Amino acid sequence: MRRDPGIIVLGEDVAGGAGASGEQDAWGGAFGVTKGLLGEFGPERVRDTPITESAFVGAAAGAAMTGLRPVVELMFVDFLGVCFDQIFNQAAKFRYMFGGKAVTPMVLRTTFGAGARSASQHSQALYPLFTHIPGLKVVVPATPYDAKGLLIQAIRDDDPVIFLENKMLYDTTGEVPDRAYTVPFGEAAIAREGEDVAVVAIGAMLDRALEAAERLARDGIECAVIDPRTTSPLDEDTLIEFVEETGRLVIVDESYPRCGMAADIAAFVAEHAFDSLRAPVLKVTPPHSPVPYAPPLEAAYLPSVARIEQAVRRICGSDR
Amino acid sequence: MPRWGMTMTEGTVVGWLAEAGAAVAPGDELVEIETTKVVNALEATAGGVLHCRLVDPGATAPVGTLLGIIVEGGPSDAEIDAFVARFAATAAAEADDAGGTPAPQRLDVGGRTVSVLAMGSGGAVPALLVHGFGGAIDGWRFNQPALADERVVWALDLPGHGESTTDAGDGSVAALSQVVSGTLDALGIGRAHLTGHSLGGALALAMLAAAPERVASLSLIAPCGLGAEIDGGFIEAFLAAERRKAMKQALSRLFADPAAVRRQMVEDMLRQQRMDGGPEARRTIARACFPGGRQRTVLRHTLTGATVPVQVLWGRADSIVPPAHADGLPPAVAVHRVDGAGHMPHVEQAGAVNRRLLDFMRAAEPA
Repeated sequence: MRRDPGIIVLGEDVAGGAGASGEQDAWGGAFGVTKGLLGEFGPERVRDTPITESAFVGAAAGAAMTGLRPVVELMFVDFLGVCFDQIFNQAAKFRYMFGGKAVTPMVLRTTFGAGARSASQHSQALYPLFTHIPGLKVVVPATPYDAKGLLIQAIRDDDPVIFLENKMLYDTTGEVPDRAYTVPFGEAAIAREGEDVAVVAIGAMLDRALEAAERLARDGIECAVIDPRTTSPLDEDTLIEFVEETGRLVIVDESYPRCGMAADIAAFVAEHAFDSLRAPVLKVTPPHSPVPYAPPLEAAYLPSVARIEQAVRRICGSDR
Repeated sequence: MPRWGMTMTEGTVVGWLAEAGAAVAPGDELVEIETTKVVNALEATAGGVLHCRLVDPGATAPVGTLLGIIVEGGPSDAEIDAFVARFAATAAAEADDAGGTPAPQRLDVGGRTVSVLAMGSGGAVPALLVHGFGGAIDGWRFNQPALADERVVWALDLPGHGESTTDAGDGSVAALSQVVSGTLDALGIGRAHLTGHSLGGALALAMLAAAPERVASLSLIAPCGLGAEIDGGFIEAFLAAERRKAMKQALSRLFADPAAVRRQMVEDMLRQQRMDGGPEARRTIARACFPGGRQRTVLRHTLTGATVPVQVLWGRADSIVPPAHADGLPPAVAVHRVDGAGHMPHVEQAGAVNRRLLDFMRAAEPA
């Protein structure tokens, strides 16, 4: 925002306290992510909106077409259903419908993910819905370093970007340079190297996959762990490279199993690297069910370290 | 298990290069170790008999792990057991003390931020390591700790590199060498042993020309500044590399053995490329120092009649800066050709290079 005066922030309580007698800038959005921006950039650039997603997401798409770079925050991805037309039919299509004469440099930040006891309407991992739509870019960061670099890249990108933050990762700590930097879209991170099995893990599943890989290494099974970082564009080259290297693929994904990211990646690999596979691709996903509210059920719902470990052992068992 | 660089926490034993029971001399390669950045051989720092090898090939061990034991004069088993127990205790304490890794500090050099890292202690004249184009402090990971027993050894990030300012000025050898001497000023160091690699060699030569009284000795590793030729194609490929594959291909040109380039090294270079202002600063430097794929600043004459001890170390397989630039230098300049090394002898043959650097600094100081 310091570098580009065209960047504005919109959303529910992103300024916080505006129009009320309460303390200004007290909130910074439902999760405190934008706290501090109002004080530095003022109410013209940091704007609280009513609870009308269809209006303010549409406003952001329009503002982007006029040359601003809006970063719009929507509390939970689960609520995006009320503004699908603004996203799917408007923002995602402007460049195409206007023959490239219009661009839509907006970022829609939202949270996703189970584990916070927020029940089935506040816990979904809906990034496959946006990945499905041509014209959108979809980002799912898993580490602090990537979150900063990908967000800067998203803001500088001229296309609409859906930026999904797993709310279970907000307390993660890690080395982050002070200076601005970017992480390009469509480049997977190699979180761990290993020659026996390639494990693809998205968002909060990355740490679980890494923990499973550490346990498996004690038994001599070495997993490469790959974090796609963006589901659209998807780093297909790196997927192929690691499937060719290891011959075995396990995909850990928090989204629903039907038409989810795991299904999409498995289909891609089956089509493009079938001859390199030494065992069937395995998916580790939740069941095809709403996210349960009951804590023991919610814990059982998400792919666990034990389930990832089990899948890797199974895929290795087929020929070793 | 040695710590090769600020971020190394563990290493994997690739294979042992010496048999248990074999006689070993200081400098013999004992064991090959793989980190996420690079594969390198650990050399014996003492002579004797390799009594035992404690970590098997394929196993990964944290920094500070006892890998093996060299004995001298046939100690008893009880003495060896006592040593192992003592080692375990002190290693744990040292790991606690160090809190992991030494941290770089930021200096203000004429209004610009320069990142520096100190290692070691001791009263001898301090040393300063100056990296080359595209490098950073961490490029000295195999050298800085090994040189730090007798003196404080500093390394810096040049402008446009690492954590330092992205303001490279006009990017010329003169401008950059002023930042290096300004860094010495900011550290309160009057006189230092200078080691410069590649472009850093040209900067060190420029410092020798400007203020020979500040230079205790000068070690030039595959330096720029001794001739006009340089592989301009490499500079272009490096600057243009935006993705892993291209960066890996570019970096592999630096080494005699391209397999030395590990994924983490590629990742670190890409992270540097993606810092705001970094690529622009490095392009400014490349345009100023290597216009049209030639070196603009040749300082060969500086070595004629130099009163400061100077040595040159060069990998025989260097394809970036021609090793022939070390031919025909004044006889007082010691030239060492390094086998099994390309443009990065201090990485590929760290042990041999470290010995040359240590001996040279010692010899340059009256006892």
